[in-house]
Formats: sequence, C-alpha cells, structure tokens
Amino acid sequence: MIATGWTLRRTGSLVERNALIYRRSLTPVLSSIVEPVLYLLSIGIGVGALVGKVAGVDVRYAAYVAPGILATTAMNAAFNQTCFAVFTRMKTDHSYDAIVPTPLSVADIALGEVLSAVISGLFASIGFVLVMLVLGLVVSPDILLAIPGTLLVGYAFAAGGLAVTTYMRDFSDFQFTQLVMLPMFLFATTFYPLTVYPHWLRPLIEILPLYQCIEILREPALGIFHWDILVAVIYLAVFGSLALALATRRLSRQLLA
Amino acid sequence: MSDRLLVEARGLTKTYPARNGTPPFHAVKGIDFELARGEAFGFLGPNGAGKSSTMRMLAAISPVSSGSLSVLGLDPAGDGPEIRARIGVVPQDDCLDRELTVRENLYVYGRYFGLKKQMINERIVGLLAFAQLEEKADAQVEMLSGGMRRRLTIARSLINEPEILLLDEPTTGLDPQARHVLWERLYRLKHDGVTLIITTHYMDEAEQLCDRLVVMDGGKIVAVGSPRELIETNITREVLELRFPVNAHAQIGERIRDAALGERTEVLPDRVAVYADDGEEALAQVHAMSLEPITALVRRATLEDVFLKLTGRSLID
Ligand SMILES: Nc1ncnc2c1ncn2[C@@H]1O[C@H](COP(=O)(O)OP(=O)(O)O)[C@@H](O)[C@H]1O
Ligand SMILES: [Mg+2]
Repeated sequence: MIATGWTLRRTGSLVERNALIYRRSLTPVLSSIVEPVLYLLSIGIGVGALVGKVAGVDVRYAAYVAPGILATTAMNAAFNQTCFAVFTRMKTDHSYDAIVPTPLSVADIALGEVLSAVISGLFASIGFVLVMLVLGLVVSPDILLAIPGTLLVGYAFAAGGLAVTTYMRDFSDFQFTQLVMLPMFLFATTFYPLTVYPHWLRPLIEILPLYQCIEILREPALGIFHWDILVAVIYLAVFGSLALALATRRLSRQLLA
Repeated sequence: MSDRLLVEARGLTKTYPARNGTPPFHAVKGIDFELARGEAFGFLGPNGAGKSSTMRMLAAISPVSSGSLSVLGLDPAGDGPEIRARIGVVPQDDCLDRELTVRENLYVYGRYFGLKKQMINERIVGLLAFAQLEEKADAQVEMLSGGMRRRLTIARSLINEPEILLLDEPTTGLDPQARHVLWERLYRLKHDGVTLIITTHYMDEAEQLCDRLVVMDGGKIVAVGSPRELIETNITREVLELRFPVNAHAQIGERIRDAALGERTEVLPDRVAVYADDGEEALAQVHAMSLEPITALVRRATLEDVFLKLTGRSLID
C-alpha cells in the first residue's frame, strides 16, 4: 500500500489542526461531562442514600460509583470523537481528501485522530474529577494516578471507535454502537462490584473493555492497589493497538482507493 | 526518461476492485501522456471520463492498477510521501476546514508539510495577496463565497511551493465572474513557471489555460494536441448553428444533411450544426434551399465541437 508508517511530527500536525478546531468552543467537553454528572447525582448520591456502603469498601456509595462513571466519561468523550466527528470528516466534510495529498500517511491520520480523541477524553476526565472534588467524593490523593489511567481508557476507546467508524455506512448505523455501549455502561460494574454476579457470569463481564477501564481507575481513586491492575493496563494497550491497526488498514483502503 | 519530462505515463490503467456485488470498474483504460516542466496541461472530458482517477494516481494517492507512471522522476508506488511533498493538489471539492479561518487553513496545511511556523507565516502573507483574500484573512471559511473558497484552496495548495500543481475542475460551480478571476490567477502562476495540470469539462477553460491537452472519454484518450491543433485537425474553422420549429426539426435536419453543405452536418436534439470553413456561405445555401431557420448563428469552432465529433456526445449533458 502507498502510505505506511507514521512520524510524531506528521501525526502531531493533525493533532494541532484538531486542537485549533476544538479550542473554538468548550461545548463538546462540557457536554461530555453533563451526562456523567447527572448519573453521579441521581444514582451515586440519590440512589446511594438508600444503598449504604459497598461490602469490603470503606467509602460512601457515591464515592464508589464515581470512578466507574469517570471511566465512562473518558470512554464516551474519546469514542464519540473518533465515531461521529471522524465520520463527519469522512463523509460530509471530505476533510481527508485534502490531507491525503500531503506527506501525511493514513497511519498518521489514524493515530492523529486517536490522539486528539485521547486529549478530549483527558479534558473531560479532569473536568469530572473536579466535580467529584466539589461534591466531596475524592477520598484518596491516589486519584491523581487515575488521571493517566484515563489516557489509556481514551486510547482503547478512541481506537475502537475509529475501527467501528470504518464499518459505518451512514449516521443511522451508529445506533448499533449504542446497543453495545449502553448495556456495557450499565453492566460493566459501574454501579456495583463484580461479586454481585454469579461465578459463571463473571468472565463475560471481565472481558468487557469498560470493565478493564473501571479496574484501572477505581482502585487508585479509592486508594487501593492490586497487581491485577497491570492486567487491565496490558489489556487496554493491546485492545487499543489492535483496533488502531485494523482502523488504519481499513482507512487505507477507503482513503487511497 | 529525459529530465525535461516531469510526468510520464505509459499504458496507465485504473481499475477499481469489485465491491459487494458491483463488478470491477475500469475507470482509466491504458493512457499515455507526458508533461514537460512549465507546461499547462489539460484533461478535457465529460463526467465519468476518468479525469479525477488519473489525477489521484498522479498525486500518489491512488495506486496504479497497471502500466507505468513516473512523477518528478519518482515512482508513486514507492516514493508517495516524497512526491506529495513536492506537488500541490486542488481537489474537486474544496475540502477546507470550514470551522477555521482563512489564515488558520493555510497555517494548518503548512504544518502537514512540516514547515516551521515562522516560514508558514511568511508565506501566508504572499498567498493571501495572491488569493486576494487579505481582507478575509481572519474570517471563518464558512463565511466565504464559492469563488473565495476556491482561491483559498488554490492558495493552500501552494503553501509548499510545489513544482507541479494539480487542479481538478478548478472552476466547476462558479459564476462567470469568479471563473475569470480564477483564470487570471492561474495565468499568473503559469507565468511564474509553475507546471499546471488541469482537468475540466469546460472547453472554454481548456482553451484559455492549456498549452496542450488530451481529450478523454470513457477512460481513454481520444485526441492530443494544443487547443488550436485539435480544432484545426479535427474540425472546420466555423460552425453554422440553425434552429427550426420543433415539429419540423428532424425532417429539415435530414434535408440539410443530404444537401451536404460544408464538411459535415450534425442533427442535435435542439439544433442543426453545419461544419464549414465559411459559415456565411453555408447559411446562404440554406436560404437558397428556401429554408427559414428561427435562428441562425455563425461561430468559430471550439473544443466542444471537437469533442462532439470524436465521441458523438456533448461535454456537458
Ligand atoms: N473509488 C471508486 N470506486 C469505484 N468506482 C469509482 C471510484 N472513483 C471513481 N469511480 C468511477 O470511475 C469513473 C471515472 O470517475 P472519475 O475519475 O471521477 O471521472 P471524472 O473525474 O472524469 O468525472 C466513474 O464512472 C466513477 O463512478
Ligand atoms: Mg472528477
């Protein structure tokens, strides 16, 4: 194929372009925080008043749920960007038709879009952590370790979203992605621990990428550390890299027909 | 290849692979052409002729299916990034970043080429003047007219000071005044020594801008030459266009054809065209047949007529 390999400089130039566009308005970042904050208030604090504490964790329910919702925040901010924003650039704006004739390779474009989405996920995550702080839901300074964790969450879902986008025929196809994203949000231990499920069901939950995301954010947020966090780190790095490779391959075929 | 030749294509073919149900499509069917430095070279053909496909292969963004192609002495299959660093491309759609300003569009594009901020900012000054967009420098692209956007797209393609500029239908969709402004700008580039490759389905554009052109139809080249050569070798100097009442049109057309006025007569759906070196004389002969056309017009033959003769079809449907 014609375009192979990427360089930091070329990839960076696409990130710079996206940053110029996004800095025009705070709305996308704010709107990606609003929904999770509503969940935090209604379920974390509202329902939490009825729930009490989660067994084995010595914090109020809202503080337990918050890192789970933080994972979702990073996930959706990154995923939506490589889905809707990239799809719009491909199909409506034809932005890439002007980019492929420059020295940028398709690998540069794919990675540049993923990194831009990771940065958006990071901003949304920082915003959400600030809300947690205001609501008194930050229980350990170790939450600072969760911030780099959101980069990994963003990477996995930005790359996954980009791969999904290469299969979409039109905007209505994205409704199928919601059929996966919403149940994953509800069931990947965002609101309760894995031990709620019967033993036979647990591996099915553990295999979900959002479960692994919650793994790497919840423990530091609660000031706990287990070695199994490394499994989640490796899982997300591999998941993201495979998705990125797939997306790059398919984008090459679509952009360099 | 000789070092004067910037581009050389031999048996160049583009076949789009079969995709869920549709068979493979042969968009470019073995074309030969070459291009010297400083030339303004055109691909003239109707929609679907394979012009954009050819342009995309030249820009090293679409793999060559078969045949050989060399651009700037390089092979698009292996040296894509290097070729793209040295050419400029104006795609058929503007593909500007509509959310960004005019200046930001130029800046971002310069960054794709790895240019330093300071150098880009220096070049932007000249490009804004070239595109006559100095007053709009900080306006969002969304706010620009079609002609302005097109000029910005051309300015953008010049940010890396390309050796070859590829323009895919540069004036399609623009009003006549905007087209003339654009032609004048392209003339200026040509004058400055930039090698231009232009596709168009407007014969006046090809005549205005191209030193040499190929006429393409259905993925093949049907004629090569300068606009003047193409007209001289394929067609008479003048054309007499006649219109008759709709119900008598076909029958009168046939009579004129049988009378063998001039060199050739085309009976088109809306008019009868008589190709003759002296159009007035042909008109006198029509009158001598006691035919009374509703309108009669003698004009110079154009590339449109060449195209019609070579392919039996009009350039613009
Ligand atoms: N990516 C593609 N896949 C399949 N067919 C294509 C593709 N791009 C163009 N074509 C077909 O190739 C033919 C030539 O297209 P194009 O090169 O765009 O012609 P032009 O620019 O002269 O209008 C058209 O029939 C078009 O439908
Ligand atoms: Mg075209």
